[in-house]
Parts: sequence; structure tokens; C-alpha cells
Amino acid sequence: MNAVPGLLSLTVFLPAAGALVILTLLRGYRAIRAFAFAIGLITLLLSLAVFLLFDRSGAAARFQLIDRFDWISSQTLNASYFLGVDGLSAPLVLLTGLLGFCAIIVSWHINLRVKEYFVWLLLLQTAVMGVFTALDFLLFFLFWELELVPMYMLIATWGTGRKEYSAMKFLIFTILGSAFMLVAIIALFLSQPSGSFNMTQLLTPGSMLTGAGAALPLGVIFWLFFAAFAVKLPTWPVHTWLPDAHTDAPTAASVMLAGVMLKMGGYGLLRVNVGMFPGEVTAFAWAIIALGVISVLYGAIVTIRQTDLKRLIANSSVSHMGLVLVGIGSVGTAAGELNAAGLNGAAMQLFTHGTITGLLFVGVGLIYDKAHTRYIPDLGGLAGRMPIAAIALAIAGFASLGLPGLSGFVSEVLVFFGGFRAYPWPTALAVLGIILAAGYILWMLERSLFGPTRERFADLTDAGLLEAVPLALLVISIIVVGVYPAILTEVFNAGIAPMVEIINQGTTAPLGVSR
Amino acid sequence: MSLQDLYLISPQLAMAGLGILVILLDLLTGRKGWLAAAAFIGLAAPLALTGAQLYQLEQSAFLAGLSGGAGPNNLTPVDSILTASLAVDRFGIFFNLLVIAAAALVIPASVDYVRRLTRLTGEFYGLLLLSASGMMLLASATELITIYVALELTTLPLVALAAFLRNTPSGEAGMKFLIIGAISSALTLYGMALIFGYTGSTSLSGIAVSLGQTSTDTGLPFGSYALLVGIALLTVGIAFKLSAVPSHMWVPDVYEGAPTPLVAFLSVASKAVAFALLLRIIYTGFLEVAAEWSLALAALAAISMTLGNLVAITQSNIRRLFGYSTIAQAGYILVGVAAVTQYETLAGGGWNDNPVFGPASVLFYLAAYTAANLTAFFAIIAISRRINSDRIEDYAGMLRRAPFPAVALALSLIALIGAPPTGIFFAKIYVFTAAVQNGLAWLAILGVINSVISAYYYIRIIRVMFLQPPQEQPTAAAETEADSATADTPSPAVRLTEVTMGIAAAATVALGLAPGPLLTAAERAVTALLGLGV
Repeated sequence: MNAVPGLLSLTVFLPAAGALVILTLLRGYRAIRAFAFAIGLITLLLSLAVFLLFDRSGAAARFQLIDRFDWISSQTLNASYFLGVDGLSAPLVLLTGLLGFCAIIVSWHINLRVKEYFVWLLLLQTAVMGVFTALDFLLFFLFWELELVPMYMLIATWGTGRKEYSAMKFLIFTILGSAFMLVAIIALFLSQPSGSFNMTQLLTPGSMLTGAGAALPLGVIFWLFFAAFAVKLPTWPVHTWLPDAHTDAPTAASVMLAGVMLKMGGYGLLRVNVGMFPGEVTAFAWAIIALGVISVLYGAIVTIRQTDLKRLIANSSVSHMGLVLVGIGSVGTAAGELNAAGLNGAAMQLFTHGTITGLLFVGVGLIYDKAHTRYIPDLGGLAGRMPIAAIALAIAGFASLGLPGLSGFVSEVLVFFGGFRAYPWPTALAVLGIILAAGYILWMLERSLFGPTRERFADLTDAGLLEAVPLALLVISIIVVGVYPAILTEVFNAGIAPMVEIINQGTTAPLGVSR
Repeated sequence: MSLQDLYLISPQLAMAGLGILVILLDLLTGRKGWLAAAAFIGLAAPLALTGAQLYQLEQSAFLAGLSGGAGPNNLTPVDSILTASLAVDRFGIFFNLLVIAAAALVIPASVDYVRRLTRLTGEFYGLLLLSASGMMLLASATELITIYVALELTTLPLVALAAFLRNTPSGEAGMKFLIIGAISSALTLYGMALIFGYTGSTSLSGIAVSLGQTSTDTGLPFGSYALLVGIALLTVGIAFKLSAVPSHMWVPDVYEGAPTPLVAFLSVASKAVAFALLLRIIYTGFLEVAAEWSLALAALAAISMTLGNLVAITQSNIRRLFGYSTIAQAGYILVGVAAVTQYETLAGGGWNDNPVFGPASVLFYLAAYTAANLTAFFAIIAISRRINSDRIEDYAGMLRRAPFPAVALALSLIALIGAPPTGIFFAKIYVFTAAVQNGLAWLAILGVINSVISAYYYIRIIRVMFLQPPQEQPTAAAETEADSATADTPSPAVRLTEVTMGIAAAATVALGLAPGPLLTAAERAVTALLGLGV
């Protein structure tokens, strides 16, 4: 069943092992960053192997590359160490490997407390990988919480501006979200006949929860999970931590935060809220799409007003993550008529936004490093001095506003196809967000990259060879997915199709009643 | 009293004897350095005797298992004079081992502290061990008068130790501890008298029989005013030892003024056996009125954690902060005690009705808390030796100045939040699971919200240590000198503190990675307490 036993565990824990080696054995910043580079590269290759080894044919098992053994077995609590990927998580593992590697490269010039920095960065990568691959709720929650302290430290120590305030805000918001999730996980655990944290069980038709005997009403559990993931995504009105955290974080942390950690929220929504609560998610689809549309429009309107490059990208993330909710809202179609477009779009949006925003942050970080400002009115005419960075940033911008041929277009179109079938008017409103996106992205590009060359930027240098590596990697991934989306959609669909099938079988069942 | 009876109570006797022995040795020898070693090595005696009792239980369970039966829960024979007053069961043994472990960690960690700050070395360790013997008795006592004696034996040495430094804060700590302790024990005694008056028995099993025979359907809480007042007074008295609301007022002052190693011991061992006592009283004696008691305890838990966490936010002294933190932690653990159900048998309901959840979560939490809190206090000992201050702002830049204690303290703070990879991560999940299982979902939600609040002040300390530069920048030369002074010639005693801290920290992480064995041990201990057979 498992093609390569241990591959997934290795992919998840290699960064943490590297962090341990750095902490205990290595001295000197050169050795440390070279080692971190090697770890990042190997992890990227491993995650690529996971993605390629995943069997996307319809006949294959839903969860693959499983690593599993009993972790806690007792009379009361039972949990297993249970890792595996399905079509939904395999691309996200690849995304984490890719952005983790990029984050290490963009940290090349960190000179403050280098050892600690790479320890936290690598631990963070393990935590995120773990969230995407854990198939046991206790393990899932453990990884989910494990990510907090590294991220807090990265922002609070190596950030800029009001870094400690932003770091604490991030921490408190996220812990509050995970507090809700903990109660929900406990309720799910107690609601099953023999008490189980096994996630695959709750995803399989026939062994799903029925309302009867649940520790809490299923609707309540659904919303507790939703609250936790909504904070992480983030969606309006719990998004306020995001602009602060993104703006004040160091470049690598911004890349990880926007690129993969927001995706933990979207992944959780798809995996848990859609996958395990088919009845509730259809019943509450209207609320989800409403939140999504508000996020899209609110985020876009706020973004237009921004003058700080990082804050602009951060706010645009709120808008783009709202599209994930619009895609999920597509489950509110007439009973039994759901097609996979909307959910596929939501999942695709996770991947494409990860690469696009990652690229935007890498580019902006490069500009900030050289020009020492992110204040848009102070910039201008950079394209002449930094052509490579400017081209990369422009490609990311075009992808972000949904230019056909680039990856953002694919996911947005899928989201709107799905959403329109269920809720035409709200989806039409959300499309407005794309028009606004065109506005703020083009305006941003024009004011910061083009126009007359400024005197004080005369001696700016372009991205060096090493700095160009993450730009190239991300640009390639954006173009490849844009030109040949099937490379991803096939895989995502393998994960989404079973969920769609379950929802189509039983949307007529009233809330919380056995199907 | 037969030899068999002596054997049953031998761990407690050995611990008390060890305490007396250390005090006597202090009179005979001039080399005080040996006293700590004697106390530490002497712990092998109570440990071995407890181990022998556990082995005997395991063996009879194994033999009974061969013939398809269940082994005995209790080693005390029915015709012994100790039958009513002492239970030698896995539950008591679990706590005996916990107390011995805590003593075995506190004694080496305090060598340097005791040497510098007091001249009464022998008395310090002697009183500590005497108190430990009281704790071990408390964990096994099943009769009200024995319980009262054990409570006093636990508290009085601690009072003397709290005032040990003979300066104003320490004296204040001792005095507050003494007065509030005396009031609490008077209330306890009064409550016991009322309970005895109502039920006609001082043994917990006798009380259970008596309560089973009287009808509790009188429309009053607990069935009668006598029982209501009696239980209320008893609970207030025990709350003193739990450091929970409403008897928490002494905690911050004692934590701030008393010698730090004593506070470390007090905060884990004394608290743990008080929870053992509460569990035993409820499950052996008062299961008949468990539902009402559960509600009262849930209220106390809610108030304790909320009050402790909110007040802790504003503290500027680290020991005082840990005082409020321990009040809050008592609140979390009380959640598990409140998760009590009346049960008939283990197989009585579905898996979801398993009554083991609540008490087992308490035991697990206490063990995890012991490891984490001892790590924290040992780190505080190590750090305050360097900076001679307990103010949090003086901890600035500690990561540079004392990396090992700073990292250990950070780890223990992460543990106290309930974040992975530490034992309390599972402990909190376990406790809240027990609460939801017993219909106390509101309490679980309140608990997790409290965890969020606590994250704020726990993380603040990490922030000060890791992120802020040292306050007064010592000159480079002075720093190198200080560094080399600590790096080249750390006295073995200082190193001992840090090694012990490392052991406690390793235990914290180990419980976070492989909680299974402890979980099973806690469950088996609780199964014995519940009389369900192993």
C-alpha cells in the first residue's frame, strides 16, 4: 500500500532534525546557513518526490504514503502517529517544501543571531508540513500548536517596526482560534463509539458522525472548527492580525506566513469542515459565501489605500483568501448537483496564492534590502535598475490579478464557476474584487517599478545569482501551473472528488441527522 | 500491630525516619555538605519499600489474571488495624512515587541555595523529608482522623521552612502560611466533625455505606444542611493545600518570600497529594453526592483559573507571578476533579461513560505539572543566583547571560501554556476531554480561553529573556570576567542545580513525546481508586 515507507515522515521531520543539528553541533554563520540550505534543498526534493509518487489515478487509494503506528494506547485516550497524503494535501506538501527552501535563501543576509534564526525557521517548516500530513486529530493539533512559538520568535526578534506588538497579536489570535479547535476535537473524539482521533474515519461515508450521541451538537462543532480555521485563513472580521504580522515580519517569515501558514486555514476548512461535515457545510454555505464575499471586497478596498508595499500585499491576501471561502460556498448548490469546480478552485487558490504571494514578498524583500524603503511614494523607476526583480514582481502581480496564462487565473475561474452555480449574485459581487485587484496591483507596479529613475536609486544593484533562485523557482511554478493547470488540478481533484461525492449523496438530510 | 501492618506503612515510616536521621546527623557531623547527599541517598529506602508494595500488587494481579480473575486493589488485609485508615493501592503508590521523585529532584537542586542562604542545613532537609512523609501518608489515608494528622504533618514543617530565611519577606510568608493554614485546618476539622455527626463514621468507606442508606432526595443540596456545611468546610480546608480559590490568599506571599527550593517542593508535591486527598474523599466516601460536589468544584475551578490568570498578568516579580500561575493551574486540574460521575461498573455504560477519565486526567496533569514547574523553579534558582533579583525586568537578555537556565525556563513556560511538545499539552487535552465527557463543555471552553490569557504573561517572560537586551550593560571586560568566572569554575553545587533542572526539563519533553506509559499508570491507579479491579 505504501510505496515508500518513511518518506513522508522524513519529509516532515528532516527540517526539525536539521534544526537540532544546528542548535547543538554547528558554529559559525557560514556553516549554519550552508547546512540550512542543504536541508531546505533536500526537503524540497523530498516533497517533490511525495508529489510525484502520489498516484492520482481514480483506482488508487485515497490516502497514500501512509506512515502509521500506535502512539498512545490506553483505556481512555487513543492516538496514533498517522501521516499520509491525499490529493488535497500532496500539492500543499510540495508548496511547503518550495517556499521553505525559498525562505532559507532569502534569509542569506541575516546577521543577527543566525543560529537561532535558522532553528526557528526549520522548526516552523516541520510544523506546517505536519499539519498538512497528519491524519490523527491529536497529531494534527500538536503540529498546529507547534508552529506558534517559532513564528512568534521570528517576527518578534528579526522583524521591523512594531514587531513585538505584531508578534503578540498574531500569537493571541492564533491561540484563541486553536482553543476553539481543541474543544471541537475533543467533542469529535467523544462522539465516536470507541473514542478515536482518526481523521480518515470521519472522512469515510458510512462511518461519519451522526447527530445522535454527539458530545456537542454537530453544528456547534462545525462552527468551532470554522472559527479556528477562519482566524488562520484569515477571513473578515478576524483578519486584523494579518496586516500587522506580515508587515513587521522579516521577509522569510512573511513568505512562510502568507505562503503556507494561511493555507493551513484553508486546508483545515476543506479537510474538516467540508470533508467531515457534509450536512452542515451545505446548510451553512450561505454564511460561508457571505463571509467570503465580504473578505474579498473589504480586503480589496483596504488594499487600494495602502502605501507600504508589504502592507499592501498583506491586505491583498485577505481579499484573495476570501476567494477560498467563495469556492467552498459553492457547496450550496441544489441537492445532489454539486460539481467539483468550486472546491477544486478553493484548493487551487491555496497553492497559487502561496506561490504568487511568496514571490511578491520575496521581490518586495529584495527591494527593501536594496532601497531601504517600502513606502510606495518614495519608490519609482526601479525597473531600470533592478530588471530581474522588477520582472519577477510584475509576473507575480499579473498572476495575482488573474491574467490568463498564469496560475492565479486558473484558480479564480474555477472558484467563480463553482460559486456562480450556487449563489450567482454574491459571486458576481466577488468578481468585483478582481477588478479592484487589477487596480491596486497595476497601480502598485506603476508607482514602485516604473516612471522616471530616481537619483538616489542610481547605484542600486539587481538581484544576485543566489537571490534570483527563489524568484526563478516561483516564476516557473506560476507559469507552469498557468499554462498546464492539469498538473495540479488532477491531483487536487483526486482529493476533492470523494468529498463532492459524499455531499451529493446526502445534502437532503436535515442538519445533524444520520445519512 | 503486626509486622505486616508495619510493612504496609513502611514507606511513610522510612521517609519520616530519614528526616529524623538527617537532623541527628547534623548534630554529629561538622561537614554539612554530606547532609544533602545523605538525604538524597536515603530516599532509596522509601522508594524501595514503595517499589516492593507495587511489585506485590503487580504479582498478585498477574497470578489472579492466570485464573481469569482480577487482582486485589488494596494490599491492606481486611482484619488489620489499618484496614479503615490506610489503603495501600496503586493510587496511593502513584502519589508516593511522585512525592519521592519531587524530593529527589528538589534536594540536589537546592544544595547550593541552602549552603548560601541558611546555616541550618540539616534542619532544612530534615523538615522537608518530614513533610514528605506526611504527604505520603495523606495519599494513602482513608479515614478522617488519619487524614487530619497527615495534613498537619505535611503543613507544619512547611511553615517552619517558609520562615527559614529569617528576613522580613520570609517571616511574613511563614506567618501568613501559619495563620491561614491554622484557620483552614480548623475549618477542615469542623467539617469532619459535622460529617461524622451526620454519617456516624470517620472512615470514608463507612461514610459511603451510611450515605447509601440515607435518602438524599430532600430537596436540599447534598441532602442535608449538616452534610452541606460539612462538605463546604472540608472543601475550603483542602483548597488551602490545593492553592485554589477560596483559600488562595497565602500563595503569592509565600511564593515570593519563602526559600525558592521550598516553594518548588510545595508547589508540586503538596498540591499533588491534596488533589489525591480530594479524589479519594470523593470517590471512596461521597460518590452518592458526586453530582452536587461536581458542580461546586466546577465553580471553584472556573474562579481559580480566571482569577489566577488575570492577576498574574500584572505581576512584576517572577515568584509572585508563579504564585498566581499555580492558582490558575490548580483551577485547570480541578476541572478534572469536577468531571466526576456516579458509576456502577466500568462496563456499565458505553465507552463514553468511562468514569476513569476525570480522575486519570488529574493524575496525569499533576505528574506533567510536577516536571514542568520544577524545571521553572530550578531555573529561577539558577538565574537568581546570577542576578540576585526576582524582578522580571531584570531577566532581560538572560538568553545571553545564562543560556541553559533561560532555555529551560522558556521550555517550562511553554509547557505551562499547554503547548507542545510538553506533557501539559496532553494533560490539558485530557482534562478538558474529561470535562466535555461529563457535560461540562462550558468549563472546557472557559479553560481553553484561560489558556489564551495565560499565554500572554508566560510568553512575556520569554520575550524579556530572549528579546530584550540586558538592562545595565556591563562593560565588556567585566562581562568576560563574569563569564569566565562562571564558565571556568562553576562550583559543583551550582552545576548540580543545572543538571537537576536539565533532568526535569527532559522529563517535561519526554512526557510530551511519549505520554503513553504515564497515561496507563494513571489509569491503573484510578481504576484501583474506583474499586473497579485492574
